[in-house]
Amino acid sequence: MIGGLFIYNHKGEVLISRVYRDDIGRNAVDAFRVNVIHARQQVRSPVTNFARTSFFHVKRSNIWLAAVTKQNVNAAMVFEFLYKMCDVMTAYFSKISEENIKNNFVLIYELLDEILDFGYPQNSETGALKTFITQQGIKSQTKEEQSQITSQVTGQIGWRREGIKYRRNELFLDVLESVNLLMSPQGQVLSAHVSGRVVMKSYLSGMPECKFGMNDKIVIDKQGKGGTTDDSGKSGKQSIAIDDCTFHQCVRLSKFDSERSISFIPPDGEYELMRYRTTKDIILPFRVIPLVREVGRTKLEVKVVIKSNFKPSLLAQKIEVRIPTPLNTSGVQVICMKGKAKYKASENAIVWKIKRMAGMKESQISAEIELLPTNDKKKWARPPISMNFEVPFAPSGLKVRYLKVFEPKLNYSDHDVIKWVRYIGRSGIYETRC
Amino acid sequence: MTDSKYFTTTKKGEIFELKAELNSDKKEKKKEAVKKVIASMTVGKDVSALFPDVVNCMQTDNLELKKLVYLYLMNYAKSQPDMAIMAVNTFVKDCEDLNPLIRALAVRTMGCIRVDKITEYLCEPLRKCLKDEDPYVRKTAAVCVAKLHDINAQLVEDQGFLDTLKDLISDSNPMVVANAVAALSEIAESHPNSNLLDLNPQTINKLLTALNECTEWGQIFILDCLASYLPRDDRESQSICERVTPRLSHANSAVVLSAVKVLMKFMEMLPKDLDYYGTLLKKLAPPLVTLLSAEPELQYVALRNINLIVQKRPEILKHEMKVFFVKYNDPIYVKLEKLDIMIRLASQANIAQVLAELKEYATEVDVDFVRKAVRAIGRCAIKVEQSAERCVSTLLDLIQTKVNYVVQEAIVVIKDIFRKYPNKYESVIATLCENLDSLDEPEARAAMIWIVGEYAERIDNADELLESFLEGFHDESTQVQLQLLTAIVKLFLKKPTETQELVQQVLSLATQDSDNPDLRDRGYIYWRLLSTDPVAAKEVVLAEKPLISEETDLIEPTLLEELICHIGTLASVYHKPPSAFVEGSRGVQHKRLPPRAGSGESTESPDVGQSGPSEAPPAVIPSQGDLLGDLLNLDLAPPTATVPSVQPSMQMGAMDLLGGGLDSLLGGDIGGSPSMGAGLGAAPAAMPASLGGAPAVGGGLGDLFDLGGGVGMPTGSYVAPKTVWLLAMKAKGLEISGTFARRGGIIQMDLSLTNKAMSVMTDFAIQFNRNSFGLAPAGPLQVLTPLSPNQTIDVSLPLSTSGPVMKMEPLNNLQVAVKNNIDVFYFSCQYPLSLLFVEDGKMDRQVFLATWKDIPNDNEAQFQIKDIHLNSDVASNKLQGSNIFTIAKRTVEGQDMLYQSVKLTNGIWVLAEMRIQTGNPNYTWMCWRRPHVRECVSQNDSPVIS
Repeated sequence: MIGGLFIYNHKGEVLISRVYRDDIGRNAVDAFRVNVIHARQQVRSPVTNFARTSFFHVKRSNIWLAAVTKQNVNAAMVFEFLYKMCDVMTAYFSKISEENIKNNFVLIYELLDEILDFGYPQNSETGALKTFITQQGIKSQTKEEQSQITSQVTGQIGWRREGIKYRRNELFLDVLESVNLLMSPQGQVLSAHVSGRVVMKSYLSGMPECKFGMNDKIVIDKQGKGGTTDDSGKSGKQSIAIDDCTFHQCVRLSKFDSERSISFIPPDGEYELMRYRTTKDIILPFRVIPLVREVGRTKLEVKVVIKSNFKPSLLAQKIEVRIPTPLNTSGVQVICMKGKAKYKASENAIVWKIKRMAGMKESQISAEIELLPTNDKKKWARPPISMNFEVPFAPSGLKVRYLKVFEPKLNYSDHDVIKWVRYIGRSGIYETRC
Repeated sequence: MTDSKYFTTTKKGEIFELKAELNSDKKEKKKEAVKKVIASMTVGKDVSALFPDVVNCMQTDNLELKKLVYLYLMNYAKSQPDMAIMAVNTFVKDCEDLNPLIRALAVRTMGCIRVDKITEYLCEPLRKCLKDEDPYVRKTAAVCVAKLHDINAQLVEDQGFLDTLKDLISDSNPMVVANAVAALSEIAESHPNSNLLDLNPQTINKLLTALNECTEWGQIFILDCLASYLPRDDRESQSICERVTPRLSHANSAVVLSAVKVLMKFMEMLPKDLDYYGTLLKKLAPPLVTLLSAEPELQYVALRNINLIVQKRPEILKHEMKVFFVKYNDPIYVKLEKLDIMIRLASQANIAQVLAELKEYATEVDVDFVRKAVRAIGRCAIKVEQSAERCVSTLLDLIQTKVNYVVQEAIVVIKDIFRKYPNKYESVIATLCENLDSLDEPEARAAMIWIVGEYAERIDNADELLESFLEGFHDESTQVQLQLLTAIVKLFLKKPTETQELVQQVLSLATQDSDNPDLRDRGYIYWRLLSTDPVAAKEVVLAEKPLISEETDLIEPTLLEELICHIGTLASVYHKPPSAFVEGSRGVQHKRLPPRAGSGESTESPDVGQSGPSEAPPAVIPSQGDLLGDLLNLDLAPPTATVPSVQPSMQMGAMDLLGGGLDSLLGGDIGGSPSMGAGLGAAPAAMPASLGGAPAVGGGLGDLFDLGGGVGMPTGSYVAPKTVWLLAMKAKGLEISGTFARRGGIIQMDLSLTNKAMSVMTDFAIQFNRNSFGLAPAGPLQVLTPLSPNQTIDVSLPLSTSGPVMKMEPLNNLQVAVKNNIDVFYFSCQYPLSLLFVEDGKMDRQVFLATWKDIPNDNEAQFQIKDIHLNSDVASNKLQGSNIFTIAKRTVEGQDMLYQSVKLTNGIWVLAEMRIQTGNPNYTWMCWRRPHVRECVSQNDSPVIS
């Protein structure tokens, strides 16, 4: 299991060091600094092994988190734990920075004591942790409160405490999708997928039982079988095929496996209910058509057309097209019909920004790039043209069908809950090779 | 709140000041001071001098302060054990506190204080906490048992904590169950043979129930534990799989990977025609693909695992090629792994896409990545025959870019393509020759020279080209020198008239002016060959080469099986068994997949079931196998995708085998007959699985004692029963079983040859590959009469230890080639190291004493021998029979200690201490000066010793 956990600043100074196992000595702290942080060549793997000791590291801004072990640990678990540790720290003191870590080092030690015992991760849900790890000093708790804490930390529903009350029961549901594309210069889709998240903010009283439904093809087809044939034909169009999905630990997985229904008791506040991935019938909001021509050895001509491909009534926002330029670029002239375009020498790219663009429109940019003559034999790698945008629909086609809330013990019903649903589609890695 | 100020105090006299503050009356000031102490501790300052003052702050009702003091204690208690005792009282009191959080805190901290004296006081509170009414305390106490076991295993056993821990598996709280499972699994790991984790259908059912309810981490502990269970039959296996599959949708990647591990393992037991088997296969793909959208570090872990899964069950991901396409922004470690998987998934169906991608990658910036991409194109050509042409033209395009490292890499792979498709693409040689001057890496130079030598007759100026290399002969690396020597000899054999001078020159350079023994040896062999019989030389040197196999980089099947059992763990990331990077007893035991469905009734004992015919193993040639394949082909260039540093030794291997048996070889025994080539490709795969790992060795453990049962029996060295080394079905009807023995100081290999074919077998001969201890046949294989069908013949082959030496993995591995009138067959076997214990291994007492002290700790290995009930005299007697000599004996606290010495044939001494305590001998092996021998000795010798 995890033998020790260290946090360093960018210089390699130790900010936090907690050793869990006897086989990890103080020299491990230095070994990581010397071999990874100060390594002459950049380390090319997140897992490294020196002197029979394995180091796992992740980096958040300029802070290094390293877990150390001498055993054959579950590597996936160690990384998941490190991410979780970052989440917990963020939940307690927002940004992970050197200053925040120094300011909260007592708290961090307290957390590390709680969520990692002898190198075994324990309950690390912030909701539960915040009930008894506070920096306000321990109020004298009643016996009841104490047992409530411990039963929450160890219990089946570790993510929610009892006795939550809201005057107004509200639910916010965001469907956040990032659409990824890799397209060949000829316009052939090399790979495309949507990775989506359903993020929920719940402000509900008591221990509500929720049920979430979406236009999942498998569910709809199943229902269609029961109904008339036209029905299934109609709904088939609107349903989407989900390649795979994963759920927050509050979701009853065995129920999903057998009935494909998503039921759960939600944590309080904001959390990620599910993640999913689709690859079929994706609506690609934009199409990029590049044209790069080398005119002699010192000049490039670039023309890029973007086409929006969604309902004309919808507006895309924050559109940005990034056209890479060679390292030996000396000057660029740009002409664009819409938005603003600038050559950014430090980033080796022309950045073209458009604030808003409606569906089924087209826009174009052309640029002349002057090159310095070089004798560098290495050819310019021609990185792909990338794009950023935000659209108010889900490119996968996912629709929320219902979100029902039941709380039999308290006197509010599904109708009393105010629910908000929002769809946001963003670009993930949206690239077209040129 | 600005705690960061605590980090900034650097003035002198700090400790003194802190001391005063710690003893202050004001609570706040005390707390501040403790915080400062912890901050100093973090940055590595020694604040142990403050121990008593800090401990004084322990008795407080301020929980925050208490936690800080505990943190300090955990760090420094070990350096001040006497002082630590001061804290015990508070701990014991805290364990009785009304607040469960404090009870748990106390028991958790106490377990972290690694001071012997404290552990005594820990027992009572721990016992209470294990039965506490609050689940939070119980789950903490469960882990504490593992902590205590780490400090004092005996104490845990004596106090009966293990049984209490087992009871916790049935606890009503899922988190308590999960922690108990974690603790038990860890303890069980250090007692490989104990039946601690007594898994049966009832406990499994409890675990599966807890799996649905506990935290994500708990699910991981439980799944990892489930993976070590062996279901009784396929029905049980299926029902467990059904209850584990929902975990594939968990948001935590580690849960998913651990579930995949359980499924991959248990799937092995399901009949392939079962509907459920197909369903399961389909269910595995999506979650694996989803792992690739995790954070990059997890992607890396996932990709390393997918690499294994794809090798074991290619069908799972065969349609998912696209998700492994490299993204521009992927970190380099993700890119390289994706590339590897792309090649593994490449097939005729998707090769066009793959090639287009690879060509893109070859223009990227990162040098390693580009090289690997170029190499990948070559591997595609070898793997998918239909694509070879396209690959070659892509490679030629890349050569035109003139980017130095791209060109060199391309030439290396083109050489491999020539070896797979001879006489097909030689038209490109001209293009290659144009780039001769730009090659500066040894591998590329060697490859180019090989090409020139191999096709000398078609290259008009081959002699000029080779001559140009000859000028700087002594500055070249060995790899290039060897290749150049061979190439020129080839050239001479092809165009003898014009190149006599050249060959003279290179032979004298290699034999007279070189210090490198391998080069000299090779030079002399050629010289002698050429001078005695040019015709034979031609037959040997220009013999037809076997085609190289499509995959030279697959993981060897037994290792792959073991790694599949370790999915998700570090072993699967490193692609090494845990024993390769974990110290001590942990992880040394080898895990295995359950026997495959349909392999007979052997389900109950997996180790025996291995001999059942598994489906045809993939045509893997592990790197050592290549060496065998290369036996007769002096000029073979190094294969693709092996570490460059290995190559010289591999070529030397080929050389030496030929050198050793040169005469018999020329006598027509194995001779340069071209037909030989056919059998070489597939042969090395035929290693009997039962010989693979430690279990087989372990099996012999008890035998030795049984064998020498009575005291009065004549002592002699232990001889293991014969095992099957070569299966008839893999060797055209010839079955070979055998064992090794040491009789009167002579090592013998006892073989039983059985003819299970329809025709008579004659003309037997045997050869060994070079091995760790230089074992070689001392005479020819004496099979005088022809072996008629269904006849078995027993032969004893005397061995000498004067053969060529090369370190093998494992150390005692021996690769053997047996030839008869039908074909040549290869197998490998492992000999007991006791074979090499010589009769004069008794060390002088004084020398022993002195040596014992000198041995560094690193060279020490310890292990236990189980279930042997002998007193020290009998044991000593018996060991003497195997040339393990007892030098001294003493008795300490009821334990008999035997000090022993062993000498190996190559002069290495091994010293050992044997502690015998009522049938539970504990062995410490210490090896003098040679640490790597130590590992092998300890691992392989338990059978011998007993």
